[in-house]
Amino acid sequence: MEKEFIITVFSENKVGLLSQITTVFTHRNVNIESLTASESAVDGVHKYTIIVKNDEEKVANLVKQIEKKIDVLKVFCYSPSEVVLQQVALYKVQRGRNVEDLVRRHNVRILDIHDDFIVLEKTGHKAEIQELYQMLAPYGLYQFVCSGPVAIIKSRRELLDEYLDYVNERQKKLE
Amino acid sequence: MAFSGFSDTTTPQPKKDLPRISGSEAVIRSFLAEGVETIFGYPGGAIIPVYDALYDYRDQINHVLVRHEQCALHAAQGYARATGKTGVCIVTSGPGATNTVTGLADAMLDSTPIVLISGQVASTTLGTDAFQEINFIEITNSVTKWNCQVKRAEDIPEAIARAFYIASSGRPGPVVIDITKDAQIGLMDFDYKPTKFIRSYIPHHDIDNDQILEAARLINLSRKPMALIGQGVILGGAEQELKEFLEKSGIPAASTLLGLSALPSDHPQYVGMLGMHGNYAPNFKNRDCDLLIAIGMRFDDRVTGDPSKFGINAKIIHMEIDPAEVNKLVYADVAVMGDVKRTLPLLTEKITKCDHSAWLDEFRVCYNIEREDIIEPAIERRGPHLRMGEVVDAVSQQFNDAILVTDVGQQQMFASRYFRFKRSRSIITSGGLGTMGFGLPAAIGAKIGAPERDVCLFVGDGGLQMTSQELGTIYQSQVGVKIVLMNNGFLGMVRQWQELFYNKRYSFTELVNPDFEFLAKANHIPYRCVERHEELDEAITQMRESEGAFLLEVRVQREENVFPMVPAGQPVDKIRLE
Repeated sequence: MEKEFIITVFSENKVGLLSQITTVFTHRNVNIESLTASESAVDGVHKYTIIVKNDEEKVANLVKQIEKKIDVLKVFCYSPSEVVLQQVALYKVQRGRNVEDLVRRHNVRILDIHDDFIVLEKTGHKAEIQELYQMLAPYGLYQFVCSGPVAIIKSRRELLDEYLDYVNERQKKLE
Repeated sequence: MAFSGFSDTTTPQPKKDLPRISGSEAVIRSFLAEGVETIFGYPGGAIIPVYDALYDYRDQINHVLVRHEQCALHAAQGYARATGKTGVCIVTSGPGATNTVTGLADAMLDSTPIVLISGQVASTTLGTDAFQEINFIEITNSVTKWNCQVKRAEDIPEAIARAFYIASSGRPGPVVIDITKDAQIGLMDFDYKPTKFIRSYIPHHDIDNDQILEAARLINLSRKPMALIGQGVILGGAEQELKEFLEKSGIPAASTLLGLSALPSDHPQYVGMLGMHGNYAPNFKNRDCDLLIAIGMRFDDRVTGDPSKFGINAKIIHMEIDPAEVNKLVYADVAVMGDVKRTLPLLTEKITKCDHSAWLDEFRVCYNIEREDIIEPAIERRGPHLRMGEVVDAVSQQFNDAILVTDVGQQQMFASRYFRFKRSRSIITSGGLGTMGFGLPAAIGAKIGAPERDVCLFVGDGGLQMTSQELGTIYQSQVGVKIVLMNNGFLGMVRQWQELFYNKRYSFTELVNPDFEFLAKANHIPYRCVERHEELDEAITQMRESEGAFLLEVRVQREENVFPMVPAGQPVDKIRLE
């Protein structure tokens, strides 16, 4: 059965790694719903947040194939309930009383104001972002852009740190 | 230290006491530090500096000049699989690099350790579609274990050290190091440190004792177990550990194509080859097994047939070094992770000594059926034409400790079925990718890696013509490969499928061949052709006794089929004897 999964990939900062990661998906004909890349809390370690919809077994195999890439440190896979997910959307809309009402009611930030339009920012879940989109659409939405979700796990454990401690131990044993 | 991906842009200060050499010389000296003795390669514009450096080291490194870059890879594969060392290749940028892709893919699927150095245009012209520029890193992402582009001379030793470590450790595979021309020319202070650790790469995980205990418990409970030997045993050098495990457990053992020779063919517990054209017993008995112990194998579809029916009544223990292979195709009840060299002895220690001779007898009953229906007719010297089975059998009798190299197709299956193995690392064949044309260059590499052993190549008329230019390499480098050309004038395996599944519509599988005698003679290779049963043994003797390379063309029956056969996608116990 298809379910949504959040895959987080921690890797070394190596040129071309993104392409190696996406190859794993294309090779298995799995569509990436969204992908964001950023630095992580650990210096020099990059973090990718990838959302896929697929069955659990296939995703488990994907995770192992990504982790097999030499410059990938560790891959984790979560269900939506295990993480806090947020994405950010920007809306360029025509100015008007109705729009300003919506801004007040929906906890939206105003980023830029011009004579005839304003740029709004909404951070939240996909559903909230879509809801606001629907509401703004009748008032003249010029442009809309939305990021993919980023995720942070709810658990207290810092799984990447645990992995790095583990490999440091291994390295010490080798020396 | 974390791998920076060479993103550091600071200019290194010259270090005292270290020799200041070019990046190209650093390539060669890095090879020497890794113990490289032989390189397979082909020069070209963007790699000339490395070849220039190699010129000064001709007495320390043997460079084999192939005739096509694909064959540099296959030769390095043959070398690696015969010796257990990492195969090394050098090619130029652009077409030189793209020509290697088939070889890389083959090495990737068959877990062969390869380090390929490719030349690249100067870093200042990268991305400009310069002459012979191609984005080789992007192209090789899915056919390499690791790849890396080097743009500064001082980064060369670390990249090469990593390449050898990654290629040969864990589950081996091919690695590409793409070096720009300015990095080859640039000067650097040479200091080589072999890589022993990469924090993002764990070649084999810690052994989980609970999994060993659970595996032992299943083995001790099992009444009808079968061991499935894969190439992991050979790659791990675990042949002795395997023997001890089998002899204590009493378990019948079958082998995958690439696992052949890990256990001698005449071992009393050896029950034959798995797979589509494997032996009858290990396929037919698959559904009767209550336990399958997969030892360093990956449940390729040519082995499992319909994977959902594979070992349908059996629990499965998967002993594997690569976590990504576990539960990929067949669900493992117990996964024993790690190098089988280390896990097998731990398992052997925990199992009780057992005798499965009644169960083994059931395999013998099947073997006797196969012997009567298939094997004896195949190797018998009768009928109007020579046939592939009898040729393999006759060659195997005279070359009784040779390395068998095959191409791909019917001769590959006949050879792996009827050749007898005495010791490990005695079969070199393209299993995963099924690359026609693999045989001749792989045999060259094998012979160069193991000059003290006979190397027998079985190749079809189709496969030989895919890479026949390497006969020139055989002549130039004086490689004593014994080539048995099974000439049936067809692309035999495809023709067999057309006969069985496509209503005998032989669509473009018939070959009108050149005169192979001229081809051999043009390359100064002694040649003989046989067509009759009574000449066969004597011709093989002539080949064996002749010094150096020999091409024995055997005109075999035009339309012969390989049996038994598991029809594609069917459960393996549906194996057909005709």
